[in-house]
Amino acid sequence: MEIKKTAIAGTLESSDIQLTISKADNGISIDLQSDVKKVFGDQIESVIKDTLAKLDVKDAKVKAVDKGALDCVIKARTIAAIQRAAETTDTPEWEVL
Amino acid sequence: MAENEERLRRTMMFVPGNNPAMVKDAGIYGADSIMFDLEDSVSLPEKDAARVLVYEALQTQDYGNAEMVVRVNGQDTPFYDNDVKAMVKAGIDVIRLPKAESPEMVEKLDQDIAAAEKQFGREAGSTHLMAAIESAKGVLRAADIAAASDRMIGIALSAEDYTTDMKTHRYPDGKELEFARNMVLHAARAAGVAAFDTVFTNMDDTEGFYRETEYIHQLGFDGKSLVNPRQIPMVNKVYEPKAAEIKNAKNVINAIQEAKLKGSGVISMNGQMVDRPVVLRAQRVMSLAKASNLVDEEGNYLEK
Repeated sequence: MEIKKTAIAGTLESSDIQLTISKADNGISIDLQSDVKKVFGDQIESVIKDTLAKLDVKDAKVKAVDKGALDCVIKARTIAAIQRAAETTDTPEWEVL
Repeated sequence: MAENEERLRRTMMFVPGNNPAMVKDAGIYGADSIMFDLEDSVSLPEKDAARVLVYEALQTQDYGNAEMVVRVNGQDTPFYDNDVKAMVKAGIDVIRLPKAESPEMVEKLDQDIAAAEKQFGREAGSTHLMAAIESAKGVLRAADIAAASDRMIGIALSAEDYTTDMKTHRYPDGKELEFARNMVLHAARAAGVAAFDTVFTNMDDTEGFYRETEYIHQLGFDGKSLVNPRQIPMVNKVYEPKAAEIKNAKNVINAIQEAKLKGSGVISMNGQMVDRPVVLRAQRVMSLAKASNLVDEEGNYLEK
């Protein structure tokens, strides 16, 4: 899936994570801010990467500000941000969700 | 009517669908039903995000034995189709249709659910539905709405929209809701589905909340929609059977079992005839008593 524009999903409230996804040309880069980065940073990044891969996003710049989100929230916000950035919100990829 | 094995539906807790903290914790308060909201509590630009969040939460979070309900956006919105598809795919128990005004609206939801069950390979008929009555039109057609689908598990009165439609507002005594409550309740009973009363939003008025809950319990509602988990134990307390009721119910059930062994349908207990409605009431008392932890598995009363 191709990133067409910069898009944001999620909030800065507790238990949420805010993701900003924008265009890039050479692979995936993730800039993560989290109070629990030392312990959970790798896990958070791997959920984001897995979700990007599932939706076949090969090139994207991701900024993530985590406020203690569970994996299912990270996944949900990543999907919402990708769909907004790829302008596919109204036609979700049912088979990969 | 969906197969309705006397499931307890005392409390249906509203949870805003785009709030991860509330979605994550929804299972810990002991609500009989948890209703994730994709409609009025979610702002227009966040509809897509809420849908995905609820979808993912349903896949991964443990909500215990609670019946899982999602209120989708109305059929006049561009969000309705994807809401229904996503929730059927997620395996939701019940889809709640807002602003139901005709049986045709329920039939449309029924067909849309059936199509989604087929598309995503879910068992046909496994997704139930319910309808919220929120207007004069809806109240006047409540009986047709309640009977419009085999998937129907219940109808709910939603008083905020209804009182606005009636050119009034909510009063502490609830007189403005008298007709609507009785219509919704009769429609539900006639169709053999559950009846849910509306929310009570003033969290500071505990006395008013108890008064209203006791009133709708007396009328015969299955339970109440709630906006705050603090209200769950309050509703359960109102619905909790008294010790004497439990004792009597247990006697009825024992007596009918004995009668069955002897091959007789009708019996008398303490000089009174025990027939089917009495037995059904006794079974309901016992299931409420179990849910309130007042009896053990065998139905023996536990002293507090």
